[in-house]
Amino acid sequence: MNNSTKTFAGHGKRPSAPSVILENVSFSYPGEQIFRSLNFTVKSGQWTCLIGPSGCGKSTLLRLISGTLRENFSGKIHFSDGNSHTGRTAWMAQKDLLLPWLSVLDNVCLGSRLRGEMSDQKRRRAISLIEDAGLGEYSDSLPSELSGGMRQRVALLRTLMEERSVILMDEPFSALDALTRLKLQDLAARMVEGATVLMVTHDPLEALRLGHRIYVMTHRPAKLSEVLIPPGSPPRKPGDPAIISLQAKLLDRLVGGANT
Amino acid sequence: MRIVRLIFISVGLVLVWQTIVLLTHAPPYILPGPVNVAKAALTHAGPLFDHAMTTLFEIIAGLLLGTLLGAFSALSMIASFSLKRWLLPVLVISQAIPVFALAPLLVLWFGYGMSSKIAMAVLIIFFPVTAAFYDGLRSTEPEWLELAQVMNAKPLAVIRHIRIPSALPAFASGLRVATAVAPIGAVVGEWVGSSKGLGFYMLHANARMQIDVMFAALVVLGVLALAIYFSVDRAMIKIVYWQKEETE
Repeated sequence: MNNSTKTFAGHGKRPSAPSVILENVSFSYPGEQIFRSLNFTVKSGQWTCLIGPSGCGKSTLLRLISGTLRENFSGKIHFSDGNSHTGRTAWMAQKDLLLPWLSVLDNVCLGSRLRGEMSDQKRRRAISLIEDAGLGEYSDSLPSELSGGMRQRVALLRTLMEERSVILMDEPFSALDALTRLKLQDLAARMVEGATVLMVTHDPLEALRLGHRIYVMTHRPAKLSEVLIPPGSPPRKPGDPAIISLQAKLLDRLVGGANT
Repeated sequence: MRIVRLIFISVGLVLVWQTIVLLTHAPPYILPGPVNVAKAALTHAGPLFDHAMTTLFEIIAGLLLGTLLGAFSALSMIASFSLKRWLLPVLVISQAIPVFALAPLLVLWFGYGMSSKIAMAVLIIFFPVTAAFYDGLRSTEPEWLELAQVMNAKPLAVIRHIRIPSALPAFASGLRVATAVAPIGAVVGEWVGSSKGLGFYMLHANARMQIDVMFAALVVLGVLALAIYFSVDRAMIKIVYWQKEETE
């Protein structure tokens, strides 16, 4: 175990987050190469945003790192702490993926339950996370009784409950209305602080608010290029002039990239 | 509300029945009116009750055994792919032969008593339960399974905590179909060979030209079947408490 620890969402300790290193990664679906000798590093303890046109392979990259895609893959993906990358990430998707028969509390504890390591301590941690996210009075409610924003908040807590140092997010806020999205971005930025996050998004504003680093991905085979990020640490204010001007530039670049 | 509707439907059916009797002037030995049948039911209440209990027991035992067997075979098919390849054809063959054709054999093998009727009911029930439950187990939301994989879930825990609950709505609809057809198994079994049960009592009354008693037995059978169906339906709504969200 790593001795250096950082506080994680104010709820206990966890090992300091490693970087994710992709070396020479190639991957293809039948008849179509998605990545060719891709080299890419997700920096330790930072929030990295991946933005690009649909179908360029952003979600595929997340799945390669999470280990759910293994076929037709060559190259090396590893963590900077030297350990294997599979089974060490947490996953948050666009859909909340809450199980409709479980209460909020049980959904948050899903991972522990599926690994057979449920304990009173985990339960207490889940309850304190739920309270911290402002859902205290809903911990016994079923997902169907919650609004879309609340459901996605529960999904975020379930992701945090995993206590994984690398968090992969696939457009986690894209199904929400604008206001709820801003609020959830703030909550997520606060709660995952210190973890290594790789987030796929379609929304330039979201990337500019949350990213320590932002990469534009163009297809095929995919290439990644880093773009300028606004000053200040995330979550940045959406009305910041720097963000607004960079948003226009980023959009231009995405439009240009989509046409090539 | 449901009870009120049920009463209205029953009263409506009785009225239609009475109207047909009045319009066609059918003699009571062909189509007795509701009043005659009610009288017969009262005078034969004792034997009707006894035979109804036999049939009820056969149906419930068949439902329990058939459901257990169906759930078990669906689970084993999902747990083992090679088992599925062997079991599925057997299941289809078992359904290709009409159960009615098997009834004399079952009576020969299991005897005149209840076991042959329960076996008939099990044969009828087990297939819809297996098919529906297996279908439900197979069509778990792939993204839930992917999430479980990222969480390093144990395979058995995935079946228990994700696959089975997510298949319960499908299981419930299979069980509803099974419950609706379960009385067929019991009654056909009784027709082929028995000395007890509503099916036997109907044949017995028919042979003695007690057509009103026959109709009384039929009504009791209908009430019995409805009561079982609604109890199962109620129980399923309780057990699959989250299903409303999906249907509404």
